[in-house]
Amino acid sequence: MDGLLHQLVSGIASGSIYASVALALVMIYQATHHVNFAQGEMAMFSTYIALTLIQAGVPYWAAFCITVPVSFVIGAVIQRVLMEPLAKAPILASVGVFIGLLLTFNSIAGWIFTYTLKPFPTPFGEGKPLFGGFISRHELGSTAVTLVVLLSIWAFFRFTKLGLGMRAAAFNPVSSRLVGVPVDRMLALGWGLAASIGAIAGIMVAPVIFLDPTMRAGVLLYAFAGALLGGITNPLGAVIGGFLVGIIENLGGAYVVGTELKLTTALFIIVVVLTVKPAGLFGKTVVSRV
Amino acid sequence: MNPTLAWYFRRYFPWIFFVAAVVLPLLFASDYRLFQLTMVVVYAVAVLGLNLLTGFNGQVSLGNGAFYAIGAYVTAIMMDKWDVPYWATLPVSAVICAGVGFLIGLPALRLGGMYLALTTFALAVATPQLLKYKAFENYTGGVQGIVINKPDAPFGLPLSPDQWIYLFALAVGGLLFLAATNIVRGRIGRAMRAIRDQPTAAEAMGIDIALFKTRAFATSAMYTGIAGSLGAITIQFVAPDAFGVSISLTFFVGMVVGGGASIAGAIMGALFIQFIPNIADEISKAAPGAVYGLILIAFMFLLPGGLASLLRLFNRGRATPMAAVAAAGFTNLPKQAGVPDQLAPEIDNPRRPHAAAPVNRSASEPQ
Repeated sequence: MDGLLHQLVSGIASGSIYASVALALVMIYQATHHVNFAQGEMAMFSTYIALTLIQAGVPYWAAFCITVPVSFVIGAVIQRVLMEPLAKAPILASVGVFIGLLLTFNSIAGWIFTYTLKPFPTPFGEGKPLFGGFISRHELGSTAVTLVVLLSIWAFFRFTKLGLGMRAAAFNPVSSRLVGVPVDRMLALGWGLAASIGAIAGIMVAPVIFLDPTMRAGVLLYAFAGALLGGITNPLGAVIGGFLVGIIENLGGAYVVGTELKLTTALFIIVVVLTVKPAGLFGKTVVSRV
Repeated sequence: MNPTLAWYFRRYFPWIFFVAAVVLPLLFASDYRLFQLTMVVVYAVAVLGLNLLTGFNGQVSLGNGAFYAIGAYVTAIMMDKWDVPYWATLPVSAVICAGVGFLIGLPALRLGGMYLALTTFALAVATPQLLKYKAFENYTGGVQGIVINKPDAPFGLPLSPDQWIYLFALAVGGLLFLAATNIVRGRIGRAMRAIRDQPTAAEAMGIDIALFKTRAFATSAMYTGIAGSLGAITIQFVAPDAFGVSISLTFFVGMVVGGGASIAGAIMGALFIQFIPNIADEISKAAPGAVYGLILIAFMFLLPGGLASLLRLFNRGRATPMAAVAAAGFTNLPKQAGVPDQLAPEIDNPRRPHAAAPVNRSASEPQ
């Protein structure tokens, strides 16, 4: 029973990371119907920026506060320079650019920061696990940070005019443009926000899985599985889906398929959701006019 | 106008190219170069498989490396466990891969564009895990992989093993290219392109979309699987980590660089993915990835039809190199990036009067 509880708790902890990246994916998907393959790689790159700052003597939270806006700028610039001109191009062009970004970030990170595995500090202290050994300080801290991020994103979309404008631009670009919402700028903002959320997720997960520039496809796939499970049209659903996938991954890894097939579990979730209930648990079915 | 020598050269260029590809390396290439050229043939078949699926049928797959892995493992397991001769493994891996491709094509029907790309990407990422899985270890050799023997030239032909494998791969590849050319030129190819460009109109015209899409998947998987078998015979070794996501992305890069909607593009793409990383590798370990990444982005913007679209413009003889780049880039980008107009050259080609003739025949025909 203790083992089960432990798996559940660490499932929630890794689920919080997937939930953040899933939210980043959904933000871009809602606005453009694109899934950013490079989201994991961009998060990894941001984490390297944070590590470089920390190693240069910048305090942890200061480095955190510098990295997040820098990631925002990177995301927004990518949208303006690369994605904007391809907005009306076929899927293949966007996929090509996403894969190009993935490979480029990957090799630039390897080039600048070398391919050695690097430890990443945690701000929550090492110390003994809390609550009778169920959860480490870092797991608790990172889950808390993630929840704060998710809540503030929700508040931003719900209560600010800018958030309303972004929702409008994603929901109906043509009408939004007619009533004066600068749709292009909203898209760039969405990319920037997604990159920032990814950066926070990357910094939070780095102390657990260490930092190296290899493919971050694993995190991306879990996050995508989470987004689909919850419904890729629904941000809250994507967050819940992210947590669910974290729990499924950990319980499945411990009791059903074994740790070697964890990624296959993500593939399985993706295929099952897409074939059985493409709208996800909380999404709405998309009807398109021909 | 009488056909000139240049006309004949252009008309029969694929055959001239094939004969040159048979003869020249046998005379001049070292064993290592022959190995590289054999891999070019292997990659060309794999990229061609992807072209059929993505370039001609519009289903973006980032997971064709999985079929390559299946083909390679089928050959390796048959040769290692049951002493089957290498050539007899090709039909088996073709059938198995076509079957698997068909099965994967079924859920793919429900996944539009981006979802399909991501799901196949997930397949590519998960492939090494599945190959390492303990339950199959007796057959797959687990993490260690399988070592297989290099076949000798049969009938006492005076050829080194490397020369023989090169010729064998070239013969198989040549047949597959011929078949693909015929598929693409005929009714099936037109239907595939129609589904890519206008699925709704294609369905309204009576094209069975599900049938064509799943068979395109099966054909693509078959091509890629045969390439995997040839690759395993050439490298004489299979191991799970060779079939990770990078092999799938390599095929994707080859397709984009060569030009998705093109047969000849597969050869150019294969040459690119075989030789450019070797050159880039000398600069830095990170360079091949950076070259791939930047090349992908650059091609999507400047030359979405790939190198093949340049060649096509040269052939029409209407362009200097710079104008060809400009035309290929800027005429394709707004309407159909990656898929240059296939039918237009036939219509405005004066050598084919029937194609340009008015189609309103029923009005002039006697009742």
